[in-house]
Amino acid sequence: MERLPRAAALSALAALCLAPMVRAQGPLILVTSTEDLASIAAEVGGDRVAVEAIARGYQDPHFVEPKPSFILKLQRADILIVVGRELEVGWLPPLVQQSRNRRIQPGSTGYLDVSLQARILDIPRGEITRAMGDVHPLGNPHYWLDPENGKIIATSIAARLSEIRPSDKTLFTERAADFLRRLDAAGKRWQAMMAPYKGEKVVTYHRSYTNFAERFGLDVVGYVEPRPGIPPSPQHTLGLITEMKRQNVRLVLVEPYFDLKTPRAIGRASGAQVLVLPPSVGGAKEITDYFKLFDHNVGRLVSALRQPGDAR
Amino acid sequence: MRAYSFVQTVCVLGLLLPAPTLGAEQRPDPAAAQALRREMEELRRDFETRMSALEARLAAVETGRSPASTGPQERPVPATPAEPGPPTAEVPAGAAGAGGPSGVLPVYGNVSAASKIFNPDIAVIGNVLGAAGKNDMTGAPAFRMPESEATFQAIVDPYARADFFLAFGEEGVDLEEGFVTFPTLPGGLLAKVGKMRASFGKVNTMHRHLVPWIDRPIVTGNLLGGEEGISDAGVSVARLIPNPWVFLEATGQMFRGDSEGVFRSTRRGELAVLGHLRGYQDITEATNIDLGASYAFGRSDTGADALMGTERPATRLIGLDATVRWRPLRRSVYRSFIGRSELIWSRRDQWDGRHAASGFYVSGDYQFGRRWFTGVRVDRSARAENALLRDTGQSVTLTFWPSEFSQLRGQLRRSTYAEGSRAFEFLFQLQFSVGAHGAHPF
Repeated sequence: MERLPRAAALSALAALCLAPMVRAQGPLILVTSTEDLASIAAEVGGDRVAVEAIARGYQDPHFVEPKPSFILKLQRADILIVVGRELEVGWLPPLVQQSRNRRIQPGSTGYLDVSLQARILDIPRGEITRAMGDVHPLGNPHYWLDPENGKIIATSIAARLSEIRPSDKTLFTERAADFLRRLDAAGKRWQAMMAPYKGEKVVTYHRSYTNFAERFGLDVVGYVEPRPGIPPSPQHTLGLITEMKRQNVRLVLVEPYFDLKTPRAIGRASGAQVLVLPPSVGGAKEITDYFKLFDHNVGRLVSALRQPGDAR
Repeated sequence: MRAYSFVQTVCVLGLLLPAPTLGAEQRPDPAAAQALRREMEELRRDFETRMSALEARLAAVETGRSPASTGPQERPVPATPAEPGPPTAEVPAGAAGAGGPSGVLPVYGNVSAASKIFNPDIAVIGNVLGAAGKNDMTGAPAFRMPESEATFQAIVDPYARADFFLAFGEEGVDLEEGFVTFPTLPGGLLAKVGKMRASFGKVNTMHRHLVPWIDRPIVTGNLLGGEEGISDAGVSVARLIPNPWVFLEATGQMFRGDSEGVFRSTRRGELAVLGHLRGYQDITEATNIDLGASYAFGRSDTGADALMGTERPATRLIGLDATVRWRPLRRSVYRSFIGRSELIWSRRDQWDGRHAASGFYVSGDYQFGRRWFTGVRVDRSARAENALLRDTGQSVTLTFWPSEFSQLRGQLRRSTYAEGSRAFEFLFQLQFSVGAHGAHPF
C-alpha cells in the first residue's frame, strides 16, 4: 500500500514518455489562421507546401472554437501564419501552446505574423478603453481586404519560406513575383470596375471592410454595430437610419456570419440595399481563392450599385 | 543562408529586391517588372524610414550606450523587439504603415519605460455573488464578493511560459493556480510545474468565471472536497497519443497530496497521483464530442492524524466525463449548445471504515442569442465521508453578456439535502473582466 502512489505515478509517467514522432520529409506543412492566408500561401509555395487553414471563411474569425482537432493540425506544422493584430487573440494562443510544436511558438522562425509589414488602418490614438467596445488596440485586423496588402503578405510569406527552405528560394521568389504581377493586373481591373462609384457612401455591419473601402474608394459612413463587438441597439439603429437618409446611403454591407434582421430593417427604413459581402476566401462557395474574393465582392458591389438603365 | 539577419527576414525587400537583378523575372514583361521594382523601392524606403525611427528610439532608450550602432541593418538591430515579441512592440511598425507618427517617437516615463513591454498580461475578473431564498444548510449571505481573480501571464523565455491566478477574497489572497508551462519539450510532452487545478474531469479544471453556473455541481462539493475541488502543488505531464482516428491526450500528475477535504499528506512519501485520458472527435463541422476518464489516489483528509507511523487511510477517485458541443460555424456568434455530464466514484478509507460514494451531474446550456444563454442542471451525489447521505439538486440558469467582458447570471436552484431539509433559492452573479483579453473557454 505504501508503494502504491509512487508505483502508479511512475507507470503513468512511463506511459507518456513514448518515443517522439518521426517527421516525414516532403512539402513544408503550413497552417494558417484563415483561408485568405492559406490561399496566398498556396500561391507562393506551390507544390512545395501543403497548406491548411483553421478558421473557415464563413465563420467570424474573432470567435473560433479552439478545438483539440486543431491542436493535431498545429502539431505537424512547419510554419504557422497568422493575421495578427489580436484577431486570433481569443483562440489561437492556447492552441499554439498545446501544440507541443516548438517550430511554431511565437518568436520562432515558424511563427509568421504577416501584419507586421502590412498597411494597417484604424490604429486607435489617444486613450483606448473598452468603452469603445472590443477595440483592436493594434489596429484593424481585416487588412487582407486590400490587394496591396495581399502583395505584402505574399512577399512576407515568400521571405519566410525561403529562410526555412533556402533550396527553394528561387521558386518561392518567382512564384511571389508572379502572384504580385497577376494581382496588379487584376487590381487594375477591379479599380476600373469600381471607378464610377468612387466616393459612394456605405454602411457596414462590423469594421471588416475598412481597408477594402479605402482601396476601392467607398466611404464608410456608419456601422450597424454601435461599437465593435456590441450588437445593434434600437437607439443606434434609429440614428443610423436618419444619418443614412441624410447622406443618401445606398448600401449596407454585412458579413455572412451576422444576423440579417437588423440590417434588413435598416434597409427597409432607409431605402438602402442590404448586401452580404464575404470578407474572406471561403465566405461563399464560389470564392475559392484570393482573386475570386475580390472578383466576387467587386462584382456584387458593382451590380448592386448599377442603377436600372444605367449606362455605366 | 543562416547569415540572413533577423532584419532581413522581417524586411520583405531584403530578400525580394535581389530577385529582379538575378534576371529571374525581367524577361517576360519589362513593364510589369518596372512597376514592381518601383513599388518595391517605395516599400524599401518606407521600411527604412521605420527602421531608422526604431533605431533612433533604441538609441534614445539606451542613452548613449551604443551610439555607434547607427549603421543600417547591423547585427544589434534585432534587439529591437519588433516582430515576434509582445504585441505592444508592434504598434510603431503599424502606426507608420497607417500614415501615423513616424520619426523619433517620444518615450514616456523614464528610461526604463521600455521594460514595460515585458510586463505580463494582467487581467482582473471581478465576481459579485448574491443569494435570495431560504437555505438552512449553506448559509451564503445576501451579497458577497469571493474570489476576484487576478491573472498574470507571460512568456518566460524560449522554453517556458508562466501563468498566475490569484484569488482575492474579502478576507485574503490565495494562490488559485501558479505554474510554469514547458510547451516545447522533446517527445511531444507538455509539462506544467507549480500549483494547479488537477485534471480530474472537466469542472475541476475550470476557474470560477468559466463555470457555466453560479455554483459548482453538488458532486464537486461532496466528492472532490468542496467548491474548490482538487487543487495542489506538483508536476503535470501530458502527451498526445498519436493515432489515425481521434485526438487522444494522456495526462499524468503528481501532487504533494494536500487538497482540502479530499487528500491530506503528513509525510513526503504521501503523494497524490492522478491520471487523465481525454478523447476528442469532430463529428461534423459543428458538432463534436469530448470524453474523459480520470483516476486519482491520495491519503484521505480525515481530519484526525493520530496513530503516526501506521499506514494512513487512502482515497481513490474515478471519474468519467462527457461533453457534446454544437455550434454551427455560420451562426457561431448566435447559436450553440453544450451538454455536459460527469460521474464520479469515491472510495474513501477512514478510521471508521470504507465509504463508497458516487454522484453525477448532467447539464445542458443553450445559446439563443448573441448575448443570451440558458441552461439546466440536475445534480445527485452521496457524501464521501458518509455514503449513506445523499443530496440532490436542480437548477435553471439564464445568462446575459452585455459585452464580451461582463456577464450577468441568474440561477434558480432547488436542493434537497440528506438531512431532510430543502432549499429553494435564487442566486445571482455579476462578473466583469478588465485588462488583457484572455482566451475564450472551450
